Amino acid sequence: MSHNSDKAGAQRKAMDETTGSFRKELGASPDAASPPVAVRDLTKRYGSVTAVDHISFTIEAGTTVALLGGNGAGKTTTIAMLLGLIMPSAGEVRVFGADMSRNRYDVAQRLNFQSPYVDLPARLTVEQNLTVYAGLYGIANAAERIACVSEHLQIDTLLDRPTGKLSAGQKTRVGLAKALLNAPELLLLDEPTASLDPDTADWIRHKLKDYARSRNATLLLASHNMAEVERLADRVILLQAGRIIEDETPKALIASYGGETLEDVFLDVVRGRCKPEEAEPEQARRAS
Amino acid sequence: MTARQAMRDVEPVLLPPNGIDASLRRMAALVRRYIYLLRSSGVRLVELIYWPFLQMLTWGFLQKYLAGTQNPYAQGAGVLIGSVLLWDILFRSKIGFSTTFIEEMWSRNLGNLLTSPLRPYELVAALSLWSIIRLGVSMVPVAVAAFFIFGFNLLDLGLALAAFFCVLVLTSWSLGLISAGVILRYGLGAEELAWSLAFLLLPLCCVYYPVSVLPDWLQPVALALPPTHVFEGMRSILLHNTFDPMDLWWALGLNAIYLAVGYATFSWFLGSARVNGTLLQLGE
Repeated sequence: MSHNSDKAGAQRKAMDETTGSFRKELGASPDAASPPVAVRDLTKRYGSVTAVDHISFTIEAGTTVALLGGNGAGKTTTIAMLLGLIMPSAGEVRVFGADMSRNRYDVAQRLNFQSPYVDLPARLTVEQNLTVYAGLYGIANAAERIACVSEHLQIDTLLDRPTGKLSAGQKTRVGLAKALLNAPELLLLDEPTASLDPDTADWIRHKLKDYARSRNATLLLASHNMAEVERLADRVILLQAGRIIEDETPKALIASYGGETLEDVFLDVVRGRCKPEEAEPEQARRAS
Repeated sequence: MTARQAMRDVEPVLLPPNGIDASLRRMAALVRRYIYLLRSSGVRLVELIYWPFLQMLTWGFLQKYLAGTQNPYAQGAGVLIGSVLLWDILFRSKIGFSTTFIEEMWSRNLGNLLTSPLRPYELVAALSLWSIIRLGVSMVPVAVAAFFIFGFNLLDLGLALAAFFCVLVLTSWSLGLISAGVILRYGLGAEELAWSLAFLLLPLCCVYYPVSVLPDWLQPVALALPPTHVFEGMRSILLHNTFDPMDLWWALGLNAIYLAVGYATFSWFLGSARVNGTLLQLGE
């Protein structure tokens, strides 16, 4: 036991030293007082279409926030702008204090993401894919880390199999393994359980929650799966037509709409029903 | 603590993300990915050698036939085989660069790469390095076969061969960068460009005939292309045993310009794809 503890301790110390030295390299440690995510007046226009419309929000360290909204609400575009994959038309995205339009690489090693819009190369085995990404993220102890993450996500028996031959659930777990390789402080997830059966989806949610809790990691997930959001999120940002229309805890949101579940709230919002307190004056106005 | 529990505690030891070491490490990771890919398919490996080998055979036999005629140009030692092999260096290197890049789009992996700490110039450097490795796999066996079947030794070009190789590979990277940029911006619909762009050079850079064959007005265009100087130089060595090194310096200078234009084009299209939001929609 002591041997294992020593080894783990030494690894942590090595990591702290390495991490510390490269944070010094970055100069004015952008993360010292900066929240993991700070978005101000973020806007994305495609011609005459406004996909994201002047949204602002901040995410504190260690919280799990869900971007909730129907199709075309602007969830994926927002996440893509946070990742630097899409350039904003206006506004600003800061991740750990770094402006993602200009200094994305200062913080790229501290975040990771998973999305159904991207895949890992199908011809490579799971282990080969993870090895490549361990190299890209600069993980010195790649083999041990891959073994650890694989065991955690129960893909250790799949390591020799071509990624393209896996089932949807297995692919999701492999994608998540890639996203967790560098133990990101900020994990961005776009529809993390899309097209999974309820059992696998529940298992994935459980793992994500475990990860966030054990590392005080910050999670931002885009989803239109209400059960997922209710189970995972500390806070919900409800988007409609690219605008933030609610920003609350799931409980407060459900209470304010007088529903029983987040799904009720979601349906109220997308069908244009008002909150009860807003509806009463409206009814009085109509009656008069 | 059991071994199983100990395994769960393994933290990633993150190396510094900046500096030359970090860049080299990321490039090595990408090249490793390309090696895995090539190893995963025997068909791909055979295909790498198959087409250049067929080309070499066809032109080699034609050269053999022409050698029996009275045409002194055709009798020149292996001019046609030399042309084919040098053209294949340009063409295969360009294809190696472009198809490897397209492969990332086919596999919908580009989003993962572009959100990782990998810088665009590291991606370009890894693609360039890989195009040379692929070229070696494809051309060395064919050059050896040309020696055994037709008695043509590419090494007879001497030191100039190394310079020719550099000029052709640098040109191929410029073309590869332009096609990769266009595909990034316009998606796989523009994939055809990756295959056809090099062929645009085929008639202009005088692979199989001297520049003097071209109409007067077209000759300056041909001479503005670096590979033209390579093919002229090769003919000069094989037919007259002479070679003007100034030609090569001129070609290398032109290459520097084309490479800068190629990288600027790639960067511009990458920026444009970020603005237009097409990076997440790429794939088959």
